Amino acid sequence: MTTTTIGHKEVQVDADGFMTEFEEWNKELGEVMAGNIGITLTDEHWEVVAFLRADFADKGVTPTLRRTATEGPYPTKQLFQMFPKKPARKMAYIAGLQKPIGCI
Amino acid sequence: MTATMTNTIVPDFGDDGPQRKLAFVCSKGSLDMAYPALIMASGALEQGIETHIFFTFWGMDMINKSTMDHLHFSPVGNPATHMPAALAPMPGMQAIATRRMKKSLEDLKVPDVPAFLEHLSDMGCHLWACKMSVDMFDLEEEDMSPLLEGVLNVSDFIEIIDGAQTMLV
Repeated sequence: MTTTTIGHKEVQVDADGFMTEFEEWNKELGEVMAGNIGITLTDEHWEVVAFLRADFADKGVTPTLRRTATEGPYPTKQLFQMFPKKPARKMAYIAGLQKPIGCI
Repeated sequence: MTATMTNTIVPDFGDDGPQRKLAFVCSKGSLDMAYPALIMASGALEQGIETHIFFTFWGMDMINKSTMDHLHFSPVGNPATHMPAALAPMPGMQAIATRRMKKSLEDLKVPDVPAFLEHLSDMGCHLWACKMSVDMFDLEEEDMSPLLEGVLNVSDFIEIIDGAQTMLV
């Protein structure tokens, strides 16, 4: 298991840098991680992050883009604007979750 | 919040890398041949890849309003169903096979074909119809999905997908 420092905190991550321990995440880390990939978080971003974390807590897997768009607060088009180019992975990273494993 | 990053592992989202481009040619209109391209296109778009789909020949059924809701899955001549060959052509078998496949996809929360096209279009997918097929099936613009970006002849399509990795389905 790899560890890295995000902000001032030592956390466990996978080889790509996605956090692996749900409980180690906090909002401050989310903010730092968003900054790492050039995203400034707005209230809307936080709503999406909250959905992802709640869904993970419920289902045990990171929701896919399709699931986030249909069950979460914002539709696909908007998610692409908020988390440009690779929304599924960027959302997961900021929310302290692993990459989604579902195909759709 | 300002972040000072020392030795932090940040995932590489490839934002600064070269822009990849993918093109799918959908030439089949059966349910089991429609989904692979749709699912792969969706995966590509999620990766920020510029993605084009060209519907041609029987693939036109995927964007033809009168057929796109009713694509079938036939077990005839399809060894992947593991059904005795003599049973496959029996009356009602195609309907059963289609129903079962749709149910499996539904259970996985995979949208039906029209909803899937909408999902792809929302992700920025470029959807094109083949000019020759439009003429062959005698279709008008209003007969086809409004999500289509246009009707192209092969030359124009080939020009548009310059540099793309292309897959024929």
